[in-house]
Amino acid sequence: MNVSTILIILLIGAFATYFSGDKLASKVALLFSLAALGCSIVLLNNYNAGENISVINSWINQPKISFALNGDGLGLAMVLLTAALTPIIIFSSFGNEYKNAKGFYALILFMAFAMVGTFLAADGLLYYIFWELALIPIYFIALIWGNGDAEERRKAVVKFFIYTLAGSLFMLTAFIYLYQKAGSFLIEDLYKVNLSACEQFWIFLAFFLAYAIKIPIIPFHTWQANVYQKAPTVGTMLLSGIMLKMGLYSVLRWQLPIAPLAAKEYMTIFIALGIAGVIYGSIVALRQKDLKKLLAYSSLAHVGLIAAGSYTLTLDGLRGSVMQMIAHGFVVVGLFFAAEVIFRRYETREIGEMGGIRTQSPKFTSMFLILVLASVALPSTFNFVGEFTVLYSLSQINIWFAILGGTTIILGAYYMLRMFQHVMLGETNSKTFADVTLNEGVSFAVIIAVLLFFGFYPKPITDLITPSLETILQVINKN
Amino acid sequence: MNTLIAITGLGIFCLLFEILNLRKAIIPITILGLIGVLALNYCEFGTEQSYYNNMIAVSKFSTAFSSLFIVLTIFLVALSHNFYQNHPTKISDFVAIKVFLLAGAVAMVSFGNLAMFFLGIEILSIALYVLAASDRLNIKSNEAGMKYFLMGSFASGIILFGICLIYGAMGSFDISEIHESALSAELPIWFPIGMILMVVGMLFKVAAVPFHFWAPDVYEGSPALTTALMSTLAKVVAIATLFKLIASMNFISSLENQDLLHTFEVIVVIISIASMSVGNIMALRQVNVKRMLAFSGISHAGFMLMTLLTVSASAGVLLYYTAAYALAGIAAFSVILYVCRDQDNEDITNFHGLGKTNPLLAAVLTASLLSMAGIPIFSGFFAKLFLFNQTIQAGYIGLVIVAVINSIISVGYYFKLIIAMYSKEPNQERTGRPFLIYATAVVSIVLNIALGLFPSLVLDLLK
Repeated sequence: MNVSTILIILLIGAFATYFSGDKLASKVALLFSLAALGCSIVLLNNYNAGENISVINSWINQPKISFALNGDGLGLAMVLLTAALTPIIIFSSFGNEYKNAKGFYALILFMAFAMVGTFLAADGLLYYIFWELALIPIYFIALIWGNGDAEERRKAVVKFFIYTLAGSLFMLTAFIYLYQKAGSFLIEDLYKVNLSACEQFWIFLAFFLAYAIKIPIIPFHTWQANVYQKAPTVGTMLLSGIMLKMGLYSVLRWQLPIAPLAAKEYMTIFIALGIAGVIYGSIVALRQKDLKKLLAYSSLAHVGLIAAGSYTLTLDGLRGSVMQMIAHGFVVVGLFFAAEVIFRRYETREIGEMGGIRTQSPKFTSMFLILVLASVALPSTFNFVGEFTVLYSLSQINIWFAILGGTTIILGAYYMLRMFQHVMLGETNSKTFADVTLNEGVSFAVIIAVLLFFGFYPKPITDLITPSLETILQVINKN
Repeated sequence: MNTLIAITGLGIFCLLFEILNLRKAIIPITILGLIGVLALNYCEFGTEQSYYNNMIAVSKFSTAFSSLFIVLTIFLVALSHNFYQNHPTKISDFVAIKVFLLAGAVAMVSFGNLAMFFLGIEILSIALYVLAASDRLNIKSNEAGMKYFLMGSFASGIILFGICLIYGAMGSFDISEIHESALSAELPIWFPIGMILMVVGMLFKVAAVPFHFWAPDVYEGSPALTTALMSTLAKVVAIATLFKLIASMNFISSLENQDLLHTFEVIVVIISIASMSVGNIMALRQVNVKRMLAFSGISHAGFMLMTLLTVSASAGVLLYYTAAYALAGIAAFSVILYVCRDQDNEDITNFHGLGKTNPLLAAVLTASLLSMAGIPIFSGFFAKLFLFNQTIQAGYIGLVIVAVINSIISVGYYFKLIIAMYSKEPNQERTGRPFLIYATAVVSIVLNIALGLFPSLVLDLLK
């Protein structure tokens, strides 16, 4: 058994969901996403037992492109994140009715397929193909099933698509250029290429454009808040929980090792951009009246810190950012789900129109509170582990980076708690708020359990990712 | 050679069917006949032979492209059934003209003599003029036919003038003789001038900027099926012939001997950039889908012209690109034919809500547009990838960056159509599921995706 099994399960799942009809679609999709999760856990076991789970087959002879999937610790960690979040996301949508549900759920599975492929690909072109493929389903999910005014939604989604495509096409040009130098798209060969500082700079920049738009890093973030708000919550979860991790993961896997000289030379600029995102996102989040937009900007702040951690080029920075990617993936999915739960009852996303939920639904309040606290990195949550490792690595580069980056926690605590206060506490709303249903409760419970478990015991994840991160650092520091 | 004879015979048969009153059988029999021709052509693949004093020279290049043309003609003939339903008495004429057009196309890529080349181009063009004006009660169709005829005959004249100059310089019409003497040190200046005139004439047929002005009007005015033919088959034929003209007469080495190569390359780069940029920017503003695809075709011509910079190595890339482009075009046009069959125009509003009323065809159109925009896993992406790879290898990284920017612009108008299909409310009832249109749409898009999954199948043909 090798890593391609997960891809096959998800792809077959997408087709099976489409052909199972509108009524069954959600259940079939859940079944296949759980199968993929099971498969990835088995693969993890095999990997820990030292088995070889990678695949390499030649695909196109000229230019030489291989179907190469590489299962190492870092890739597997991201695959597990995707495989764990997909069933949660699908399950969380069970309270909603979608028109043409078969198309909707098939697209979710197809997107999971493309994202898993991105995390596993060990051939530049194969990676690029998966990277682009992930864009198509989210485009349709946001366009067809999104909310709000149709015309505005159209604009937001098209802007998103053209932005991301523009960035990735420059990455493609960089890959083709690298291919001329290396004679192969395989990642090992690309790591070995010797490039001059000037070439590295342009290649680094081409990659940066693709990733900065996807992550997003300031000043390429303008698509984000609108798309998060307009997309259906499932789409927002997929985008913020998994898809932007594709950008962060690619920084570690492709950008830094291929252009290490440029990464070292311009390190401070890129860290500064990441931290600018932290501060900017936090300040803008303070002023948001729409719950989903507030969460979007808070997400912008958190990923800015993750990006800054990756660009430090230290083991702690890389490790912290990977852990924070996983933690952020879970917590942001939980928070958007909470927004959806409120929307199901109040039919609004305006913070001003909510309030007084606590008296009516204590269970929901306590779960929401845990998520809010996890999001502001309260000790004993997984986010704390990730965020503090990143801040520690930043302090090693320059203490000011750590101090400025640390504002994410202070400002984050401020706007998140203020949001919590307005939404959950305060005067009792005239509308009734039913407490969480069993389905909703299960989704919350799983997310919270993961966050707390790894908060107390992050060792399995650090053990999994450290060897591959060390290899990447070796490549970066080879010359 | 057998292919050419068989195609001509098939065309004559089509005309006979009318006399024998076998109108109903005409489409299935023509399709079967074309499949037979395809098999015949396949058998010829790999043989290098010339016929009739080197008038026709069969090579890998000619057979591979002929196969593509035959496949495209099969699709176009299949679409004819529903398109000409209201003109039952003329169907044999229209089908026969398409088959004869195919004969011209095959002659154009397998010529061994410039006289044969000119015959081929005239057979193809005259068939196209007739088809453009074939909706004879429609003033727009008449205008299109007239316009195309005037402009096209002008271009033919230029080509003929070029051929004469080459004859004056070389003393022969024969490709292989020209090929040899093109390398001699002392060449009259008429040779490059004649070649340039021929290239200009062919650029006109390709509709590359600045010779593109006829294309949007003619595309819009012609009956939709003719537009489909012009934007897929005719364009592919023209670009393949242009490629063969330059490759087969040692033009590049001859220019190099005379220190003119750099000028030629600059011209190709400029025309290529101009075609893709003008085509794309104009396409952004169109509301008529046929017109939009006309401009998109101009921009694709710009991409295909990039292969002229690496003539010695890029025959396979050109074959792949043309196949990917034409298959996507056929799929797109079969949906357009279906949607606009009872409409008097092809405005984008006709496509509103197609995703709800007709999910299969909407998916096909989406896939073909994504392929043209160059999104993986469709073959359009690999076409662009191989093309960019080839061009960067030759050192034109600036040109590739312009091409990349153009790919991004093109997403703007392709997505306009996708958005119209999926996020607008349907405004008309669509009944009936014509089998042949559905089959053509699905088969061509499946072929397109298959090319994307296994690019080596086509790419390595011309090695």
